[in-house]
Amino acid sequence: MSAIQEVVTEAPTVEAVPKRAMTLGAGSSLVMLALLILVPLFVKNFIIFQLTMLLIYGLAVLALNILTGGSGQFSLGQSAFYGVGAYTSAILMEHAGMNYALTLPIAGVICFAFGFLFGQPALRLSGVYLALATFALATAMPQLLKLGYFEPWTGGVQGLVVTKPDAPFGLPMSQDMWLYYFTLAVTIAIYIFSVNLLKSRSGRAFMAIRDNEIAASAMGVDVALYKTLAFGVSAGITGVAGGLGAIAVQFVAPDSYTITLAISLFLGMVVGGVGWLPGSIVGSAFIIFVPNIAEGISKGLSGAVFGVLLFLVIFLVPHGARQVAIVAQQMLGKLKKG
Amino acid sequence: MELFTNQILAGIATGAIYACMALAVVMIYQAIDHLNFAQGEMAMFSTFISWQLMQWGIPYWGAFVLTLAISFAGGIAIERLLFKPLAKAPILTNVAGFIALFAIINSVAGLIWDFTIKQYPTPFGSHPFLGSQLISTHQAGMIGVTILLLIGLFFFFQFTRIGLAMRAAASLPESARLVGINTSWMIALGWGMAAAIGSIAGMLIAPVVFLEPNMMGGVLIYGFAAAVLGGLTSPFGAVIGGFLVGIFENLAGTYIPGVGNELKLPIALALIITVLVVKPAGLFGRPIVKRV
Repeated sequence: MSAIQEVVTEAPTVEAVPKRAMTLGAGSSLVMLALLILVPLFVKNFIIFQLTMLLIYGLAVLALNILTGGSGQFSLGQSAFYGVGAYTSAILMEHAGMNYALTLPIAGVICFAFGFLFGQPALRLSGVYLALATFALATAMPQLLKLGYFEPWTGGVQGLVVTKPDAPFGLPMSQDMWLYYFTLAVTIAIYIFSVNLLKSRSGRAFMAIRDNEIAASAMGVDVALYKTLAFGVSAGITGVAGGLGAIAVQFVAPDSYTITLAISLFLGMVVGGVGWLPGSIVGSAFIIFVPNIAEGISKGLSGAVFGVLLFLVIFLVPHGARQVAIVAQQMLGKLKKG
Repeated sequence: MELFTNQILAGIATGAIYACMALAVVMIYQAIDHLNFAQGEMAMFSTFISWQLMQWGIPYWGAFVLTLAISFAGGIAIERLLFKPLAKAPILTNVAGFIALFAIINSVAGLIWDFTIKQYPTPFGSHPFLGSQLISTHQAGMIGVTILLLIGLFFFFQFTRIGLAMRAAASLPESARLVGINTSWMIALGWGMAAAIGSIAGMLIAPVVFLEPNMMGGVLIYGFAAAVLGGLTSPFGAVIGGFLVGIFENLAGTYIPGVGNELKLPIALALIITVLVVKPAGLFGRPIVKRV
């Protein structure tokens, strides 16, 4: 092989999504919100629990979306941040007797710091190398949580049981329903925060890095700072989702936060549309309900059915739910004209 | 000191498994420019096919050659049917496709051959090699086959027309198309070769880890790690990476207190990341210069 280095003009890993295309219009947002508020009033407790999980995974997918769709960095380590958030909440509630709502910001801050620090070495890596590094984090996390040194706090392999909070002020609601509305409030707050983040100076910096790192740094974007910041924000949101997850499931154990979770979140992002924040909820629905549907179709072949369904989705809509939304919008536009 | 050399020998023996898998990983990376997460499952399925052929009374080497041919054809078929339509889709969508393929193959293999562990024969025997208790003749044979494969690949890529065409198609597809190379079929060929090399890896690994649908999970992770460590652009680097990962893993398990079996993998991965932070393109990989 010659000593001349190869010069490659490479397409960016993540395609450019314009800023406006990353969010939803005001009208459709309100319809979505109304649905999310009203539906739980008419369904059973178990379904309310599933809807809560839908929002929680939606948050985690949203966090990955900010990292990958926003700043163009790939991560298979989201399960680690989710796990740290879950354990932070669980430990603070069970050992320090703290109020569940107060544990969430702490989980967020701890995960933000963790993600920010992890972002430092990850700065030098990109593409598959970054995928491997984050993957390593995801495989290490369950083992670290099981370590004997931390057992007095984490409960080792057994994990911790978390008590489910009652509705406050004597509201006439079941625990599940209260938790759903609580999660919904947190989700909406984080969604608004994320939308504004991506509209802000920092968000534009993320996207500039995603589209072309060298050009971004030439324009004066502090690439190192914004890349680690994206990791931090993503980890922080995932941590809050993890904390909510711990409260909703009432249990944390090391083996709930394996690489499988990270892969699910990744699939959720792809199905929802990379870089389209509202798609996160669609992706989350896919990873919660489709495995159950696959199990329902065939017990022995549930993996194959899941795989085939996933192939169907990516064949029909390679750009995920975003593509569906765009087509729907165009059709609506035609209807209005006609 | 004896413990140290013994651990290194044992590391080389396990490293041979990873080296084999890493070679298949590099092969597909050369052809399609990303990692195939379903590679391990494809290798597992090939190994089951060879096992089935042997159950039907075909001798080992006959089954070996037949399996190579079937895997090659299978790899091409998967590319043509499933991934060619996705060629224009975003890369992350392709990765989701690999995960789907993983789920399908794993579950189908489980249904056909169920999840019980099966013995798999070795053509090399399992006696101690040259009087050493640590390396068996099978493991020595595995190292030998890996090296043969590496030499074969080297000659293929450097000295044959089709090898040159494949390299051209992978590094600069547009220019390759202009000089008349059918780049689409080169990708399919890459899939076929990767599947065939994977099946060799599978058949060599199966006597050690036993045959079952989940046999490749751990091996593939180490194979990826080895390929990344050695540099994804270099088959030679992948093999060296494989041996290094095997040695790392054994030494970490022996000398770092409190590591044991559970933490071996995270520590090996952490070490690899440390290496990557210093040399981002891997030990033997060529750094890629980007044009703005």
